[in-house]
Amino acid sequence: MIWLGIETANAPLSVAVVRDGTVVAEIVQNIKLTHSVGAMSAIEKVLATAGVQAKDIDVIAVSEGPGSYTGVRIGVTLAKTLAWTLQKPLVGVSSLQALAANSSLYNGLICPIFDARRGNVYAAVYQGVMLTEIIKDKHMAIEELLTKLQAMEVPILFVGADVDVFWDTIVAALGEKAQRAPLSHQLPRASEVIRLAIQQELPSIEATHHFVPQYQRIAEAEANWLKEQKHE
Amino acid sequence: MGEFIMENRMILAIETSCDETAAAIIRNGSDIVSNVVASQIESHKRFGGVVPEIASRHHVEQITIVIEEALKQANIVPADLDAVAVTEGPGLVGALLIGINAAKAFAFAHNLPIIGVHHIAGHIYANALIQPMEFPLLALVVSGGHTELVYMKEHGSFEVIGETRDDAAGEAYDKVARVLNLPYPGGPRIDQLAHEGQEAVAFPRVWLEEGSYDFSFSGLKSAVINYKHNMDQRGETISPAAVAKGFQDSVVEVLTAKTLRAAREYQVKQVIAAGGVAANKGLRTSLEHVFVEEGIPFFVPPLKLCTDNAAMIGAVAAQMFEAGIRGNLTMNGRPGMELHSWTE
Repeated sequence: MIWLGIETANAPLSVAVVRDGTVVAEIVQNIKLTHSVGAMSAIEKVLATAGVQAKDIDVIAVSEGPGSYTGVRIGVTLAKTLAWTLQKPLVGVSSLQALAANSSLYNGLICPIFDARRGNVYAAVYQGVMLTEIIKDKHMAIEELLTKLQAMEVPILFVGADVDVFWDTIVAALGEKAQRAPLSHQLPRASEVIRLAIQQELPSIEATHHFVPQYQRIAEAEANWLKEQKHE
Repeated sequence: MGEFIMENRMILAIETSCDETAAAIIRNGSDIVSNVVASQIESHKRFGGVVPEIASRHHVEQITIVIEEALKQANIVPADLDAVAVTEGPGLVGALLIGINAAKAFAFAHNLPIIGVHHIAGHIYANALIQPMEFPLLALVVSGGHTELVYMKEHGSFEVIGETRDDAAGEAYDKVARVLNLPYPGGPRIDQLAHEGQEAVAFPRVWLEEGSYDFSFSGLKSAVINYKHNMDQRGETISPAAVAKGFQDSVVEVLTAKTLRAAREYQVKQVIAAGGVAANKGLRTSLEHVFVEEGIPFFVPPLKLCTDNAAMIGAVAAQMFEAGIRGNLTMNGRPGMELHSWTE
């Protein structure tokens, strides 16, 4: 069984090939190269390194969001077009859960964070090696997240390249309960996307057409429009 | 560069530069084997215009469905294709990126070359799907985002001899439509109202400096807004039909006169109109009239090839393919892409 994993939900990029439970090749980078330029070439490269041709891929796993709208869309568009045209199933995995998976051996709660600008984050809380969901993926103010975490009586590990942005605020709210994941856990890995995808049931090939990103947030124009509808 | 004789050359073309998700199969650069367009217009109507983020979201929802439909209607499989073409720019960057990444993934999966196409070249080449292009040629490109006079001395050679310095013609139509409280998209409704109008409000014609082929429509738009404002102040009601007719007369007169002058100066063998506003009846009738008198063949594609579609992208790509132009998997969306020749 050959898996291709794709992760472009935020600035970092990762692609991986897993064959029969072994990671054969993986690229993990965080070099400010836009995914529209780098992602497809990275897929080509990782497959070439693994000695795998497109038609040999059995399943594709993609990080489906939340994250940067454009980043998520590039990964999903590549994954969905490949899956559809190769007639192979496509499995989506939460970008936050995939990032949390780096630290799944941690004995406590795992809180992956993406900066969503203006004091907001995409965040979730998971626990244990199976990454059980404690708080669902959500777009929220950092304060809202921290208020929820203050109520929890266990140490919390913060994961992600964006933890830096909020670290002082986190420590001020949670004190010693807050811990930081080590350097090597900061970037999402496509092999973790695949690991989580393997645990899911394979969707039908027909389902690929209807695969969409999980933005966890409606577009601003739509939110304003909905607000106006309520006023009228 | 002469005419190539193509042998059953099949190109899959993809276009997602604005609010239409489109895919088409083109044979030999001139035959439309299939041409599928999923319009988002109903969704954008709510906002009174195209919202880029919403457009990008719809493209992701539709892209594989539309490509599959194009292949299905053409009754072909990927192995029958020679290349994948996609709009590289200009357009909304987030929207362009969906088509481009889908094109890359498809091309990679089937080991096909990828060709990045300029959207305006596409509008011009929509004509190649109707009758052979004769050079030298003059194209008037008018749409929601563009107003350009393009001189072509041969395939792949583009010289922009005039363009708008502010609003595109279609943009002015949309804004005037809003002033008149017409529902989005306003262009076709103004065209219709203008035909119903008996009287026309006198609005200025903007010619710019002598000899210029450039356009400007923001002054005209302001004149319409001021007219409405003054009438409102005086408590008088306006006649939407007279405003529409006055506005359209001004736009059409300037577009027609400059196109005619350019056609004479460049001694072209063919004049074509392209882009969404080329579907405008007032403009079409005016151009047809002057070029019949002038004795220069004039063509406008049918409506479904005037508005955004992928068939036109395939028509350009066929010429680029024969000229040996190829893109690669690092192709990026180019929202401000300029129209450059691929010959010379």
